[in-house]
Amino acid sequence: MGISFSNEDDGYSKGFEEFRKEAPGNGIPWMESLRGEGIRKFTELGFPTPENEDWRFTNVAPIARTTFTIEKNGHKQVSPEALNRFIFPKLRTIRLVFIDGTYSLGLSDLSDVPEGVKVLSLASALDSEEGLVKKYLSKYADFSEEAFTALNTAFMQDGGFVYIPRGTRLREPVHLLYITGKSDRATITNPRNLIVVEDNCEAEVVEHYVSIDEGVYFSNVVTELVVGENSSVGHYMIECESMKAFNVSTLRVEQGRSSNIRSHSVLLGGALVRNNVHPVIAGEGCDSLINGLFMSTGRQHMDNYMKVEHASPHCDSRQFYNGVLDGRSRGVFHGRIIVHKDAQKTDAKQTNRNLLLSDNAQIDTKPQLEIYADDVKCTHGATIGQMDENAIFYLRSRGIDEDTAREILLGAFTSGTLESIQVDEIRNYCEMLVAEWFARRKGGTELDNDPR
Amino acid sequence: MLEIRNLHVSIADQEIIKGLNLKVKAGEVHSIMGPNGSGKSTLAQVLAGRASYVVTEGEIIFEGKDLLELAPEERACEGIFMAFQYPVEIPGVANTYLLREALNSIRKYRGLEPLKHVEFARLAKEKMGIMGMADNLLKRSVNEGFSGGEKKKNEIFQMQILEPKLAILDETDSGLDIDALKVVADGVNALRSPERAFVIITHYQRLLDYIVPDFVHVLVDGRILKSGGKELAFELEDRGYGWVEEEARKAVNN
Repeated sequence: MGISFSNEDDGYSKGFEEFRKEAPGNGIPWMESLRGEGIRKFTELGFPTPENEDWRFTNVAPIARTTFTIEKNGHKQVSPEALNRFIFPKLRTIRLVFIDGTYSLGLSDLSDVPEGVKVLSLASALDSEEGLVKKYLSKYADFSEEAFTALNTAFMQDGGFVYIPRGTRLREPVHLLYITGKSDRATITNPRNLIVVEDNCEAEVVEHYVSIDEGVYFSNVVTELVVGENSSVGHYMIECESMKAFNVSTLRVEQGRSSNIRSHSVLLGGALVRNNVHPVIAGEGCDSLINGLFMSTGRQHMDNYMKVEHASPHCDSRQFYNGVLDGRSRGVFHGRIIVHKDAQKTDAKQTNRNLLLSDNAQIDTKPQLEIYADDVKCTHGATIGQMDENAIFYLRSRGIDEDTAREILLGAFTSGTLESIQVDEIRNYCEMLVAEWFARRKGGTELDNDPR
Repeated sequence: MLEIRNLHVSIADQEIIKGLNLKVKAGEVHSIMGPNGSGKSTLAQVLAGRASYVVTEGEIIFEGKDLLELAPEERACEGIFMAFQYPVEIPGVANTYLLREALNSIRKYRGLEPLKHVEFARLAKEKMGIMGMADNLLKRSVNEGFSGGEKKKNEIFQMQILEPKLAILDETDSGLDIDALKVVADGVNALRSPERAFVIITHYQRLLDYIVPDFVHVLVDGRILKSGGKELAFELEDRGYGWVEEEARKAVNN
């Protein structure tokens, strides 16, 4: 069972008409009108084409021409053993699990949610916390020009709702785990996460996208993260989906005064992945660290789109993105830094380093500075290269064989972006994923899929 | 220990070494001197196994084995060590990690068990002391942000740990102040033994005040034109290289 639609004959609008009747929040007027605006905007905008400057290097035609199905009550069984692979060893977390976009009570673990803190599925929050949801939902992730965000706003099913009240130090990270299961049809999910961290808080939130089957599906994610004054939040995006999956994710962060965020993206899976990270540094004296590691092989396409908006004075932002590209994969790094007129004393730095492991891999890297203030420091740099043969020779001249030398250098390159992950268990988990990637590569598993 | 016979080496089709002969016995210290561009560093790189240098003729025998058949790592495992003229910076790889990997790789090649962490730490600490290096250099990335002197000391420190049979020092003394030079020389002298040989490539006689060579060879335009004892180094310092070339030219004409 499910609702299927394609991009032909106004299929998305028709699909929406069917979907909305049973959609979460149906019967809540503001939700209905929000969804209505979403589908209206999406219909107006349509899927972006490469003529759109923001999509110059990423052609989403494979998404546009696929017929997708929204699974209805598609509660597939995921055994606890299968779940184990996706859990951080030795780390207690507050965990929300979604299977094919639907909340799974059985696999979630909310036993450690402290009093006052709310961690629940967005669909239930629309029942029990409507006021809070209304106050924040869709107030940050603007969809007037963003087709995928508009699409998500129309079709949002469920997702994580996290509310951390003033003065809370959340000990255990929140783990939002999205599992897509086996299906003979291409499925679409529109996870929507709303994370509200009030003033003087500390929290870590992980978004984690995985699949237990190599199927075709599309995760169209929007996350709004609101960070109050003087709070410190770590956000992690771990993308390990099927090599045939499409994933378009947008993280929109709103930073209050003197807050600090650490955003880490680790992209390893998916056929076509677009990861938008868009912090708006709204308050004074903020720090933003936006880190990423993407590793692609086969015919994977990974697009990292950063839009860092400095809207207040005395804020520092740091972006470090490392890409490793193998096979015939293609990577994109688009790093936009916008410094608004009043954001004096901005200190923004952006670095993107790429390692091409194959002659057929390709990367497009595009820094873009838009500065409207006059007393700022903004730097960017990008490098594209093969592995440093001098360094390999140096290691070999010390007795280390060539394969090991290459592994050591690759490991150093990838660890360079992971080492700033403050939670050891999460960092170790990411290191393990990277090690598995290397092991697959060494084993010669060429993952040759072609979404185009 | 090492015998080089009629070695010809080209890089990008240009011949750099044009028939070089050299014999080094265990326990000996040989110094190779010569003007810029004479082929000194090329010789060092060829011995270490750099692939971009093409041997077009001749042979190199090390401990009875055909060195040119061996990969760089195999040469290291056989006991060859080159101190780089320009040590490479390797961000993200800790000095101590590189050394433990290298040492254990060499030990494995020789059928020895890997060194335990504690044993390695003890060895490293001892050798750091000899080289007067700060402890934190071990944890730092290989050569990254090191001063020129620190890089060169680090090369000799690596040599101390790996204890090669044949050490080739490629202009290790260049750019060092006198204090650093003494530390480097002490590091070399501490390893001198009847089983070990050194080939010291240098531009200046200065280093030889501290490391006294058994033989000095003058390399000009890809050939060794003159060999002698340590006195030859002083003569070169006084008179330069011109007279050696002149002498060689006369010898050919006669």
